[in-house]
Amino acid sequence: METLLFLAHVESDGSLATQAREALGAAREMADALSGAPLHVGVVGRDVAAAAGSIAGCGAARFLGVAGADFSQPRYASDAAAAEALCKAAAATVVIAPATSRWCRVLPGVAQRVGGRVDTHVTGISADGGAPSVTRWYYRQRMEATLTRAHRPWIIVLDPGCGAPWKGEAGAATVEVVPVKLSETCRRTTVTGVQAPPADQQTIRPDAGLLFVAGAGWTKTQPDGKVHAAEAAELILEFLRKAQASLGGSKSLVDLTGEGQAVLPFMTHLNQIGQTGATPRHPKGLSACCHGEEPHVVGWRFISERRAINLDPNCGWARGKADVLYVADAFAVLRRVNALLGEK
Amino acid sequence: MTTGYQIVVCGGIVPDPLQTLDPVANPAGPTIKNEMMLPAVLDPWAAHALYEAAHLAKATPGSKVWLVSLGPKAKLQQVMMTVAQKVPFELVALDGQAGGFTDTYEVAALLAGAIQAIPGLDRSRLLVFGGWESASRGAGATLQMVGERLHVLDQFQGVDRLAIAADGSFQILERIEGGRHQVSTCAGPPAVLGWATGSLPEPPNNSQVGMANMRTVMPALHRAKPAKVGAEGVTFARVSLPSQRRDTRIVKDLPVGEIAREIVAWITGA
Repeated sequence: METLLFLAHVESDGSLATQAREALGAAREMADALSGAPLHVGVVGRDVAAAAGSIAGCGAARFLGVAGADFSQPRYASDAAAAEALCKAAAATVVIAPATSRWCRVLPGVAQRVGGRVDTHVTGISADGGAPSVTRWYYRQRMEATLTRAHRPWIIVLDPGCGAPWKGEAGAATVEVVPVKLSETCRRTTVTGVQAPPADQQTIRPDAGLLFVAGAGWTKTQPDGKVHAAEAAELILEFLRKAQASLGGSKSLVDLTGEGQAVLPFMTHLNQIGQTGATPRHPKGLSACCHGEEPHVVGWRFISERRAINLDPNCGWARGKADVLYVADAFAVLRRVNALLGEK
Repeated sequence: MTTGYQIVVCGGIVPDPLQTLDPVANPAGPTIKNEMMLPAVLDPWAAHALYEAAHLAKATPGSKVWLVSLGPKAKLQQVMMTVAQKVPFELVALDGQAGGFTDTYEVAALLAGAIQAIPGLDRSRLLVFGGWESASRGAGATLQMVGERLHVLDQFQGVDRLAIAADGSFQILERIEGGRHQVSTCAGPPAVLGWATGSLPEPPNNSQVGMANMRTVMPALHRAKPAKVGAEGVTFARVSLPSQRRDTRIVKDLPVGEIAREIVAWITGA
């Protein structure tokens, strides 16, 4: 009989993120599929009562919590100690957690501490045949595998957007406090804040319905024999604002920016999509001035509808990687698109 | 007492990203078709970690950089011919499988063992660097396990910047959700840093660095012990390439205005 633990941390406002509710939904489904295997909830944060109460109706056998000021910040040493204590208190054989940056930093180390194993970036969980199995991608989203493990405890870190968030009744949950005493060596690191671009310059929007990817073509010589990088920057920013899209970049364009060439000043490595960049999840993606080569397109694995604008009808997008390829000048198209979006 | 850092970079080798990869089933588990024939490179994010390590070592007198790498000896030698031209380091080689289907737990055990065996390593000045995710398994898990085995409690992942203050403490920027960075301060070494892209470009080839490195690289490869690594207890039910191939509609000779209208209708769902 498996014993499941759903492991979460509270957000700065004391709530549980959508991503955590997705992981809870997967944990609940697995518990049901495993003939009623007990599901425990473990929550970490400054104050965990509100978060536990918000999922009081999830049918957990126990609500466990590690709380206090020491556990408010996403710091490896304190988070690892808290997660380790919760895994042990629940005597969990399978731990399911959301792939937040906070848990991704710490849960593999926790697996090591509890003598377990870990699978991260899991995109699917099932219990077909009465045993848990997971699906994840290898070689940067180039091949997909389904696997099971004999070893326990097994920590499964579920990627965002891979399941429906748990919905149910809130209420009052009785949280069993699991004591964790931190040594001074666990306090050598202090999280001092978050650095983010100003709101009007924020180009990465994980919840956007559209991903817009700019390729290096925006910085190349145009038919008039000149480079129009400044105009490209204006067009792209205007489009992002009007379409409320998230911005991605090909490696070649991002590298140009990093090399000090003033091409698109808002483009950084954080925008990079592909083999050595991000693999975001958006319902739609529009690429412009990018050739659609394989190392870049692997970053589009989780983009459902794909369209591209490129002057080359034989570019990578034409070879089964996009639904629609518009063979056209991206400057001209985006100018008109911006005008049309402005009329709406 | 030295103020330099003992920087150990963990970096594996992966097939060149431009290669076509096909999974094949072997009795011991899945692997990549013709893996030994494919050209390999140093894992991209581990390469960034190596460049950052060399930069830090150069700026901090008394520092030294080791590169600990697990892979088939012949492939390691091929990759080192290029990597050794970039920055100074001493190679610690482990002769074993380098593919993505091995388990992080086993890989971490080997890497941590290799680090512990480095003669004269001052653990109080230790910085363990690596890529925050590999281009093969892409788990972002090995470094944390290595850190745990070495009892290092200050760990950071998705690092884009490490700045050293006058008092020897660190300021570290880690990638978090929404294109933001978490800012932390750490009292100093020992620490584990899983690097994202960082801020340094790939260094140009330097033949003098290459010659100096190769004096230690070749003996290290000769010394490399066979390392058994796999994925014990893991059963792969299926490994497959995505079957999804789109039937691309190529739109040529359509006026720009029509294309724009079509795109806007698609975006807005009109």
